[in-house]
Parts: sequence; C-alpha cells; structure tokens
Amino acid sequence: MNAPLLDVRDLHVTYHSAQGPVPAVRGVSLQIAAGETLGIAGESGCGKSTMAMSLLKLVAPGTTVTGTVLLDGDDVATMKPGALRAARWTKASVIFQGAQHVLNPVRKIGQQIDEAIILHKTGKPGSKHTRVGDLLALVGLPRRRADDYPHELSGGQKQRVMIAMALACDPLLIIADEPTTALDVMVQAQVLRLLEVIKRERGLSMLFITHDLSVLSSVADRLAVMYAGRIVEEGPAKELLRGSNHPYTRALSGAFPTIGDPASRFAPKGLIGDPPDPTDLPSGCSFHPRCPVVTDRCSSVHVELVDVGGDLSRRAACIHVGSGS
Amino acid sequence: MTSTTPAPIRSARQVTWARRRLATGRMWKQLRSDRAGFTGLIVLALFVLMALAAPLIADRSELRDDSSRGQLPFRPPSGAFLLGTDGIGRDVLAQVVWGARVSLYIGLFATVVAVVIGSLVGLVSGYLKGRIGALLLAVDDFFLVIPFLPLAIVLAAILGRSPNVLAIVIGVTSWAGSARLVRAQVLTLSERGYVDRARALGGGGRHIVVRHILPGVAPLIIANATLIVPGAILAESTLAFLGFGDRQSPSWGRILGDAQDKSAFTSNAWWNFLPPGLCIVGVVLAFTLLGRALEKIFNPKLSGR
Repeated sequence: MNAPLLDVRDLHVTYHSAQGPVPAVRGVSLQIAAGETLGIAGESGCGKSTMAMSLLKLVAPGTTVTGTVLLDGDDVATMKPGALRAARWTKASVIFQGAQHVLNPVRKIGQQIDEAIILHKTGKPGSKHTRVGDLLALVGLPRRRADDYPHELSGGQKQRVMIAMALACDPLLIIADEPTTALDVMVQAQVLRLLEVIKRERGLSMLFITHDLSVLSSVADRLAVMYAGRIVEEGPAKELLRGSNHPYTRALSGAFPTIGDPASRFAPKGLIGDPPDPTDLPSGCSFHPRCPVVTDRCSSVHVELVDVGGDLSRRAACIHVGSGS
Repeated sequence: MTSTTPAPIRSARQVTWARRRLATGRMWKQLRSDRAGFTGLIVLALFVLMALAAPLIADRSELRDDSSRGQLPFRPPSGAFLLGTDGIGRDVLAQVVWGARVSLYIGLFATVVAVVIGSLVGLVSGYLKGRIGALLLAVDDFFLVIPFLPLAIVLAAILGRSPNVLAIVIGVTSWAGSARLVRAQVLTLSERGYVDRARALGGGGRHIVVRHILPGVAPLIIANATLIVPGAILAESTLAFLGFGDRQSPSWGRILGDAQDKSAFTSNAWWNFLPPGLCIVGVVLAFTLLGRALEKIFNPKLSGR
C-alpha cells in the first residue's frame, strides 16, 4: 500500500492560558489515504477543530504542537514559515464553519476567491477571471456572482463560495470543519452532495469534522470518534454506525432519532453531563464519569486504542473491548 | 437566484466606478445635511482660498523685517492698511494672508507625519501581539505621557526652525493617540474569521494587514486625521509664539509672538493680534467640525450620542 496522503502520529496540542496549560488534543494518530474521506465526530469542545487546524499549524501563537504531521510526505512540524505558507491551500485547504464570518464583508466574492490564486501564483496571468468563473460554475453559482459582495448571497451560496475558494489551488486534501452546521437541512443536503461530487471527480481526500453523525454516515468512508482530545473509536463508517464498540459512540449515535420509528423520538438516549474540562481530566479513562457501563477499574486503568476482535480496520479504546474484557 | 432580464454588460471597472460614484455621492449628501460639518468645510475652503490667493491680495515684500522703511508703528486700520500695521510698521493684512500658507502647510504636513507613524505603530503593535507588539506599545505609552511642549521645544531647538522641520517635530510628538486608536481597531479586526481564512490560505503578515486589516481601519484613520490637524496648527502657533518659527515666513503664531514682543497688547493695538488669533480659532474650529462630521459618517454608531 502506498504511503497515506496524511499521516498524523501522536499529535498533542496544548493551549497556554492564564490558568495553566490546557491539553486540547492528547495523542491523536490517524491516516487518510488518497481519495478517502475520514469523518471526525465528537461533542463540542472535544478537540476536533483544534486537531484539524493544527495540521496546518493554524493555531494561536504560543500554542504547543508536538508530534509528526506528514502531509504528502513532508513533515509540517519542521517546515520553515515560507514553505508552510506555500503548502497551505496548495496541499490542504480548509472549508471553515460559518461562512458568514470567514468572508470579508467589504471585498467582492471574486476578489476573495482570487486571493489564493494570486498568493500562490497558480493561475496563468490573464486567466484569473475565467478561473474564478470556472470555480463558481463548479459549485453551481452563476459566474456573475463574482462581482457580488458577501451580504448579497444566502447562507448556502456563501458556503458554496467557501467550497469554490477551497478548490482554488487544486489541493490534495480538504479539511471541512463543520461545513454545514449553520445551514438548514435542505441546503445542507445540497452542499453535502456537491462536496461528494467534487471529491469523487477530483479524487480529493477529505477530513470532515462534525458533531452530526447522520451527516458523516453519508459522506465518510471511515470514522474516528473523539472524546476529550483523543480518538476513542475508529473504523469504517457504515460498520461503526451499525454496531459500535465504545459506549461513547453508542451514546452519540443513540442521540439521533431513528427515522420511521416514532418510539425513538420519545425515548431520547442522550448522554447526561458535559465533556470534561481539559485542564481537569478524570483519571483513567476520561469517559468513565459519564459512562453507562462503568466498572471499578475504569478510573485507574489507562486505556489505549486496540484492534477490535482481530479486525485490523476497527479500533476502540475501552476496557470492555479486546483483551480488557 | 436567476434573473431573466440580462443587465447591460459592463466591465468590472465600470461597475467599480459606478459604485464609487454612488458611495461618494452618499457621503457628500450626508455631509451636506450635517450643518456644523458643512459650515466647517466652507470656512476651511475660504481659508485655503485665501492662502492660495495670497500673492494676489498682498505683496510678499511687506513681510520683510526691516525697521528702516520708516513706517510708523501700530498704525490703526485705514484705506492703505486695511488691518493697520504692527510694531515695526509692517502690513498686518499681508502677514495674516501669507501666514495662512505657513500655518496650514505645517498643520497638514505635521498631520501626515503623525498619521503615518501612528498608523504604522498601531497596525504593527495590534497585529503582532508578541514581543515586538509589547515593545511598540511601551514606546506609544511613552510618547502618550511625555509633556508635548518641552519635547517639541528641545527638538525644534536642536533640529532647526524651517517649516518642514517644525512640521516633522510636531508630527513626531503627536502620533501616540492615533496609534492607540488604530491598535484598538486592529485588535478587533484581527479576530475576524476572514483573517484566519487568509492565514489558512497561506497569506503572510503583510498580506493580511494590507488586504484585510488596513481597509477596515482606513476610515478611522481618515476621520482621526481631520481631528489631528487642529492640534497640529495650535502646536505650530504655540511654538511660533514662543519664537521657534521661521523668521522669513511668519505664521499666525509668529505674528502673535511679534505682537507680544512689541507690546501690542498694552498699546491697545487690537488690529495686530485679533486677526491672527481669530484665524487660528477659525481654522481649528472648522477642522474640528469637519472631523466630527466625517467621524459620524464613517462610524454611524457615534451619531446616536
């Protein structure tokens, strides 16, 4: 098998606040092959976005990032600032959450899509206007929208502009950070379909972050579930959603009602409590205070991701799984 | 989303210019409706006209500092000298008209210097939050608390007294406030999502500041500049009054200084000190009114106050 496009090993991200260090990501390892979509799921505040942004070192100054991030064979961690800037958007681009705030309100759509093309000089001189038009056409917007300001577009159209922008420099990997969160269900479906088509046509890899498992089930090939800065379960999306091994994944998928089963609407299976404070993590398995199947050993045993039942593609971090059971 | 009637095809440039014309027209209308601001603009225009037309109104030779011409000191206004003469027999009107050039020139030049330094320091210290930002902030604080007059006097004494030097001295000592203002705005702008996006795009610091932050602070800088001008003109008048002006090209402050030297105040020669004094007050007031109006146009949140 070829080397994966993205190979992350033992990534730690620690913010430094006035109250002391805040470990937001604690030892994440993951791989994405060319053309593959990895979905990252988890509650708010579990380190999904921090992990994704640190892949391109897009973290606040003063934040500690350790571990290796091999993107297309190059280690992002050791890149010089110039090389890093060159790699951003040409190797991996980002679709941010909330297109509303990510577009500059006083600049035209076309100018903003152009920005990346000009910065990386990937467009031939004189061809840039047709390039912007092509990108807009690709995401299903009329070419003349390039002359509009962001406030003249609807939420879904803005998100389409963000996708066009992400494609401007033909990246290998797209990091989609909750790209459909602020959209209504119909528009969300349209945007997801668009992403799916573009991904397939261009053979792109994608890192898709969301808290909405129903979205991931339709987009992702593989799924990784994060809790308190760690991956607690990983596996092929369909299998993982059908039968999960980690109690947190079960709780997360149980929080969505099953369509066609009215009983599930009236018996919510949500999880009580909030994710732990990263500065004050519980001992042992950090999920144990909220876990429905907690045992005495959970608060003391350090759990690692282990292969599930000899299946190499599925891993989970729980003492009920593998040799721990 | 799709309109059926195609708009007449216009090039991007035409569209841009049409938008700009519209924006300028809107600004002009707003300024017209602001009575105080519009008055300020008219008064200012009159002063600028006077400064430009100085050679038509009065002969420059009247300014020469020679007591040998045998004119009587402190002659009251008459047909020959509309504003009378000063302590050594020079035409006050000529001095006031030519002085407008010097005062306005120094005031505007000093403002440019102050705005350029203040904006640069504000942008850099707001954008770089690390050690450089802290250092620049400390320098800014230093200039903010330093007493203006002694510093300006010392600098003027060392560097000389030509109008350009005086303008630079005033500019260098009065940028601290606008740096603070710009920095505060930069701090809020650099937290916007599109700045993160520009960084993810691979943009460096210069790209982000020039493309995304500067356009956001530019209106603030312009409005602030019109409010720095009156301060600079007052500062120039103060320095000239104290004798740090150029003798060859007297400003309004210089006329007041000379009047003081020749005791025009005790001789009751009101025509010697009243016109230049009123000119200073007029210009300062005009700039302040205009500046307030512009501030309101650029920052509509203020208009409720």
